[in-house]
Amino acid sequence: MGTPGEGLGRCSHALIRGVPESLASGEGAGAGLPALDLAKAQREHGVLGGKLRQRLGLQLLELPPEESLPLGPLLGDTAVIQGDTALITRPWSPARRPEVDGVRKALQDLGLRIVEIGDENATLDGTDVLFTGREFFVGLSKWTNHRGAEIVADTFRDFAVSTVPVSGPSHLRGLCGMGGPRTVVAGSSDAAQKAVRAMAVLTDHPYASLTLPDDAAADCLFLRPG
Amino acid sequence: MTTEVGSVSEVKKDSSQLGTDATKEKPKEVAENQQNQSSDPEEEKGSQPPPAAESQSSLRRQKREKETSESRGISRFIPPWLKKQKSYTLVVAKDGGDKKEPTQAVVEEQVLDKEEPLPEEQRQAKGDAEEMAQKKQEIKVEVKEEKPSVSKEEKPSVSKVEMQPTELVSKEREEKVKETQEDKLEGGAAKRETKEVQTNELKAEKASQKVTKKTKTVQCKVTLLDGTEYSCDLEKHAKGQVLFDKVCEHLNLLEKDYFGLLFQESPEQKNWLDPAKEIKRQLRNLPWLFTFNVKFYPPDPSQLTEDITRYFLCLQLRQDIASGRLPCSFVTHALLGSYTLQAELGDYDPEEHGSIDLSEFQFAPTQTKELEEKVAELHKTHRGLSPAQADSQFLENAKRLSMYGVDLHHAKDSEGVDIKLGVCANGLLIYKDRLRINRFAWPKILKISYKRSNFYIKVRPAELEQFESTIGFKLPNHRAAKRLWKVCVEHHTFYRLVSPEQPPKAKFLTLGSKFRYSGRTQAQTRQASTLIDRPAPHFERTSSKRVSRSLDGAPIGVMDQSLMKDFPGAAGEISAYGPGLVSIAVVQDGDGRREVRSPTKAPHLQLIEGKKNSLRVEGDNIYVRHSNLMLEELDKAQEDILKHQASISELKRNFMESTPEPRPNEWEKRRITPLSLQTQGTRAPESEGPCTGARDAVKSSHETLNIVEEKKRAEVGKDERVITEEMNGKEISPGSGPGEIRKVEPVTQKDSTSLSSESSSSSSESEEEDVGEYRPHHRVTEGTIREEQEYEEEVEEEPRPAAKVVEREEAVPEASPVTQAGASVITVETVIQENVGAQKIPGEKSVHEGALKQDMGEEAEEEPQKVNGEVSHVDIDVLPQIICCSEPPVVKTEMVTISDASQRTEISTKEVPIVQTETKTITYESPQIDGGAGGDSGTLLTAQTITSESVSTTTTTHITKTVKGGISETRIEKRIVITGDGDIDHDQALAQAIREAREQHPDMSVTRVVVHKETELAEEGED
Repeated sequence: MGTPGEGLGRCSHALIRGVPESLASGEGAGAGLPALDLAKAQREHGVLGGKLRQRLGLQLLELPPEESLPLGPLLGDTAVIQGDTALITRPWSPARRPEVDGVRKALQDLGLRIVEIGDENATLDGTDVLFTGREFFVGLSKWTNHRGAEIVADTFRDFAVSTVPVSGPSHLRGLCGMGGPRTVVAGSSDAAQKAVRAMAVLTDHPYASLTLPDDAAADCLFLRPG
Repeated sequence: MTTEVGSVSEVKKDSSQLGTDATKEKPKEVAENQQNQSSDPEEEKGSQPPPAAESQSSLRRQKREKETSESRGISRFIPPWLKKQKSYTLVVAKDGGDKKEPTQAVVEEQVLDKEEPLPEEQRQAKGDAEEMAQKKQEIKVEVKEEKPSVSKEEKPSVSKVEMQPTELVSKEREEKVKETQEDKLEGGAAKRETKEVQTNELKAEKASQKVTKKTKTVQCKVTLLDGTEYSCDLEKHAKGQVLFDKVCEHLNLLEKDYFGLLFQESPEQKNWLDPAKEIKRQLRNLPWLFTFNVKFYPPDPSQLTEDITRYFLCLQLRQDIASGRLPCSFVTHALLGSYTLQAELGDYDPEEHGSIDLSEFQFAPTQTKELEEKVAELHKTHRGLSPAQADSQFLENAKRLSMYGVDLHHAKDSEGVDIKLGVCANGLLIYKDRLRINRFAWPKILKISYKRSNFYIKVRPAELEQFESTIGFKLPNHRAAKRLWKVCVEHHTFYRLVSPEQPPKAKFLTLGSKFRYSGRTQAQTRQASTLIDRPAPHFERTSSKRVSRSLDGAPIGVMDQSLMKDFPGAAGEISAYGPGLVSIAVVQDGDGRREVRSPTKAPHLQLIEGKKNSLRVEGDNIYVRHSNLMLEELDKAQEDILKHQASISELKRNFMESTPEPRPNEWEKRRITPLSLQTQGTRAPESEGPCTGARDAVKSSHETLNIVEEKKRAEVGKDERVITEEMNGKEISPGSGPGEIRKVEPVTQKDSTSLSSESSSSSSESEEEDVGEYRPHHRVTEGTIREEQEYEEEVEEEPRPAAKVVEREEAVPEASPVTQAGASVITVETVIQENVGAQKIPGEKSVHEGALKQDMGEEAEEEPQKVNGEVSHVDIDVLPQIICCSEPPVVKTEMVTISDASQRTEISTKEVPIVQTETKTITYESPQIDGGAGGDSGTLLTAQTITSESVSTTTTTHITKTVKGGISETRIEKRIVITGDGDIDHDQALAQAIREAREQHPDMSVTRVVVHKETELAEEGED
């Protein structure tokens, strides 16, 4: 149900996409990632799928890797899902936009209400969107613009949608995430702390915040299977 | 227009003149400021018909003449706004950059924009020399110039309007010259009575005379929330309140403070009718047409006392939703729509409702067939809900919408970008398109002002900033700015103050107009509604006449409520012995709870059953009786809090990969204790009558305290098994043997602490002492608004620790862990203290308590040793610590005392006979506190203790408010008990606690931090 205030809800399915070999090539590294150990990435990806399925008991849907979409595994950028509504994003990088197609199809099959971004001026990377259970924060980053954020607000009208300036090369969710209901986990970099402070100002709801030594650790998900 | 120039120069001249006089004049000016401010509301409407202004000015003049009868030459004729400016500079200088700070440029602007000053100013300009001549002349001058000034404001429509009245005005002017008094009174009448004080009394008689002279009636029409129209005849000079009362009477509405009347000033602007002022003056030439609307959306509608109130709120929200003012997702539209159907049509009946055309309803701004189907589908699931319950469900969902209760105003930011300002219960929200881009919580806002079409807020410096900043917004026009400003003042007052602001006395206010919200605040209206004593009113819901009245007419909540009222003794009774029961329950941490709980409940059941019967007695009762002063936020948040805490602890558990023991006691306790809270809550008002001000609040809090005391006594008397009794988190009494002795001590001390504000009211206070200590003070010179705002804040912003348990039995939570071997308990007590007040900062209470605390601290260290005859090592380190505060300019250095007292104790309980306890206490406190010389008497406003618990943490918050003279002080003591198996990182927990405290109360300072660690070594029992 899309009723507000239900918090982070429960998850029934997990959608992942396999790691293509092209992820290790220059294209994949274009996002500022360090050189990648492909085999390791694929191994880890397998482990992730296993955890989701076995430890969390989620129904795992896996999209096949596509060589033309090196960053395809980063599914988080392609959709924002809350309740029964999925907003299909319009990633900043034109090269990544085809990624949403497979995702859209999968989400449609799950019976979610699909919302598309029609506006050509909007860019939105899903990992710039943080849903806290009570409201949305959209990072205005290198990847996501105001118009993109506005569409999030338009799509999820029950909720306050606040914008958070994100400095540096990260997405908002690369700096912070939800560690639990009403608990924000953030890295300790300046950018992360700045973002958290901005969020604290913008919110009506108090969150506990947990600071972790590095930003990467804050890029986490809180899932309750059910 | 030409005079404008002249006047400006005059002004400047005068201002310089004033400057020389300023210092001497200052006190008087301050006084006059208030006068001016108080005379302002009439001018509220922006360009007003000359009569108003005229009478105003003469009134003002009169007053001033009276006041400054020592006659200080010209200064007495100096326009009030000018004086205000002056005093700004004088006093506000401290205050930081004030919007209104009188740079010359600003002065000029102000001439243009403020109506209030205009007449005066003009008069000044023209008649400086003739000042002493007859008023008649001056008035004429004034009238002439009124027009230009109006047109200056770029309000062509208004100036048209102005033309007509001018004639009238001249008539009135004649009259006025003869009967200045009367006219004065006309102005005065419109004013808030409070402001008038002396002058008013004299005029009161004449006022009535005059009124009777012109007893013409006017017909007003009010569109009600259900779309019907109510019309009535009103005396021409009736105030808004008269109409409003009539409407509410017509609606049979008692909880009316949430509502108001709107009139349409222009197609895009609606204004709230000010109840304190004459309707005619507010409407000017507009038709007497109004709409009845919700003005203040209750943050938690379930706390409303009557279903009829909720019903009207629902109607308003349905309008808001249908019009798009309150945006919802599809799903929410459907859900809310389905509750609407349930409320209006009753249970879904395929035969009847299958044929109903849902398109007649408007569930959303744009309604699709799909939505209607969804609505119908959901409607089926609500079977069995009474209309009142359906309304409640509707509200429960609606209140969570992000735009619920947000009053939006179009504006532009400093860069000319279109934004919207949203005024809500919590503060001011800034939106760009649909996105929230900034937020200013009320406590963050130091000042609100407007000038011309600009609206300004002055905000506290952010965490890392040094200076207050002022943020300006451009509204479409002057009136929009003023309207926004008024809405802000009203919202702030309603949601954040205990009582409406009184006219400031020795202090001055910097707000641009003297307008204040004069209605009841939320706190007051909640108090008042506890007194509602009538059977649930019958009312018909619009769309369905066939809703079974039985359901409708006996709504459970209301019924219970009225039942409570029917037995005035009952509540008292409960409180009389309820606490005892409760404490027993609390005390018997073993198996006793279960039995105990039922007795506690029993009285309620009896009560209610005695009258009628409702299955939902418990729940509804709670709401009804929760309507206690300032508890709403706590209640509201509590559910979430508990959830939150539970989940946090869950999280921690995961992290630690260990499962903390369940602590049934606390859960039990939480269930039980609310009763006592509620009892207190209802009882106080009942015995006191409606609470309309601080005085009442004080009384009721005394009541509460007394009850608490009793309770405690009862506990002490009855129970010998209390394992640890902790006093403000300071002291953990070690064992059963010594425990008894110590138990008594702490209890009395506890009482004295909780009552210290009371007792301190008779002790004198030394003011110099804490001056440096509390940041808010020096900038609080702004006046009462600020103060109260601050001191209320903690109640409201207390969400996390908030919970039902308002009691001082916190000791017990500590007791339970003892029974768990190997548990370690950390108690972090954070005392947040805030003093508000201009010069007298210290706040007797803090001083008092500080001293007390210290004593106790000592005890904590000493006693265990004595008792156990065991020497524990005590390390006392004194370290300087810098506590960063929300307001960097003042960086406080605190002394940190770390004492580490280890003690071993034997404790016998049923389950775990022998437990060894290791206690470690770390105390951080600021040295300033301890100079607790007595001060003069203060008054205890409220005292609360709130305990919330989750599996592994217990948070106890004790909030005490005192008021002494104009100074209010709030002190929050928060004790967090963390129970867990593994090692708990003290520093982290402490840092966390401090940070949280600071975040929750940015305006307050942390003055004391005590860390207390207790480790139990179960096996080591030695006795």
